[in-house]
Amino acid sequence: MTLKLGVPSKGRLMEKTFDWFAARGVTMRRTGSDREYAAEVEGADLDLVLLSAGEIPRELQAGRIHLGVTGSDLVRERIPAWEAVVKAMQPMGFGYADLIIAVPAFWVDVNTLEDLDAAAADFRRSHGHRLRIATKYHRLVREFLRDAGVADYQLVDSQGATEGTVKNLTAEAVADITSTGETLRANHLKLLSDGLIHRSQAVLFKSRVAEWSDADRAALEQLSDRLR
Amino acid sequence: MSDKLAVRAEAERLFAFFKAGGAEPVDADLLQPAGTLLDLYGEDIRARAYVTQDPDAGEMMLRPDFTVPVVQTHMREGGEPARYTYMGEVFRKQQSGSDRAREYLQVGYEVFDRENPEAADAEVFALFAEALSPLGLRAATGDIGVLKAAVGCLSTTGRRKAALMRHIWRPRRFRGLLDRFTGRVATDPLRLATLAMVAQDGAEAVLERAGPRIGQRSAGDVLRRLNALAEDAAAPAIGRAEAEVLDTILSLRETLPNARNQLRDIAVDLPGLTPALERMERRMEALAQAGVDVAGLPFEASFGRTTMEYYDGFVFGFLAEARPDLPPVATGGRYDALTRVLGRGAEIPAVGGVIRPGLVQILREGLA
Repeated sequence: MTLKLGVPSKGRLMEKTFDWFAARGVTMRRTGSDREYAAEVEGADLDLVLLSAGEIPRELQAGRIHLGVTGSDLVRERIPAWEAVVKAMQPMGFGYADLIIAVPAFWVDVNTLEDLDAAAADFRRSHGHRLRIATKYHRLVREFLRDAGVADYQLVDSQGATEGTVKNLTAEAVADITSTGETLRANHLKLLSDGLIHRSQAVLFKSRVAEWSDADRAALEQLSDRLR
Repeated sequence: MSDKLAVRAEAERLFAFFKAGGAEPVDADLLQPAGTLLDLYGEDIRARAYVTQDPDAGEMMLRPDFTVPVVQTHMREGGEPARYTYMGEVFRKQQSGSDRAREYLQVGYEVFDRENPEAADAEVFALFAEALSPLGLRAATGDIGVLKAAVGCLSTTGRRKAALMRHIWRPRRFRGLLDRFTGRVATDPLRLATLAMVAQDGAEAVLERAGPRIGQRSAGDVLRRLNALAEDAAAPAIGRAEAEVLDTILSLRETLPNARNQLRDIAVDLPGLTPALERMERRMEALAQAGVDVAGLPFEASFGRTTMEYYDGFVFGFLAEARPDLPPVATGGRYDALTRVLGRGAEIPAVGGVIRPGLVQILREGLA
């Protein structure tokens, strides 16, 4: 069995991943037709597995791939106790995005988590339900708010267009990924000053639970020398 | 006998013990509506309870405890006073890699009685002590009522006290608030800037400039809290001496009589503590009458502060000192506020606790 590396199958994340490896002497290229998910590698003994970035954490956790490129946010969100399952080998310097908490800009009384907590208590009293925060990052947000001692909130699932949920009255606040903050501003939202949950970027991860043969280890060592 | 059967036999023995004491047996559904538990414990319960989906009933949870359904049953159809016992599985999600049990039996005993709450506290504790007596466990007791009284004594605004009360069960946020109220940590500069702008231009104008009013939290909500913030900024800091007294109370770890004596000394300057102290003393008498060795009973003021339970008065636990790897064998306490929340207008003083027969069985094997 050869060393299996999972990489994002399309878009900018794939291109940047290919560029990153190319700069280190490992050339990757899609093969076949545009629609066929196949690829080849030159310069390293590797099998490329093209996957959606969102599925790479699961494949690492199942040990079906040895290595994988994906966002650190996805790994933390999807793999419980992730550090026991995967090892972050190298931050790759692209795919930057911050997971943040944002509230309507006109909430001039709310700038910090302490404010959010107090506003949530008031909100629950006057509106009869917990203050809703829309997100798809349930685990990360819940753990962050627990550690910060925020109560009386409720997470509502939002798999897309999260910034629109406040205006649509399905949430009072959001926890979402942002890179420039442009979408937040356009939707009349603002960041909390201490509401940065995670600063994410693309990372090369190694699965601790995959089967590692001697040949796999040797291949990894060779690859690691290249990547250093 | 397999372990599982031995544990069930142990549970049956404890269940019979509580029934023989006059408790009425009750049961509860394994699947509980998630909404009630989430409203009670907050989103954090999702990390500890198994959530599943029913096409009609919506989100359901595998029963994480009996207290809530037993209180609901009592509030719906129970007579007064009432004593209940139950036996069954509860389910708790554990951290990845943890070897703690994910499903285990609990046997519980709950008392709903208005007459004499301290006697009921003592009754439950003494009964648990008796049921567990062969195991040589260390008892721990505490009193969230004393903590609440201590917060109530602070000479500061009602809003600050309410904020602290709300976070008694979240020690870190509690500490953060206290640090700010005592001035040990400065007020957020953004808040000060906002308040200065409000003072200069008026709240309406500041709101207008900040952006469109979107979402269900209304401009009225924001204006009300701005008012509260302005009042808070004008309120004097909680004095250093007062904060130190609160710290002394929070960190009190003594035998029950010594703790009582210390609190009595403190109450000379803080008469607001007296009612809670009197409850504590009545409980000590009731415990002594029930045959408990009060002189040697440990008291930790902060005991029970980090558990998910809704305890707001007397709290207790029984721990296996020789096995620090095991969770408490039994825990319990008073939860008057919970009956208020679940009772839709009704309320009744309530106290109770649970024993984990699985742990009792492990310890018995160790003794054999």
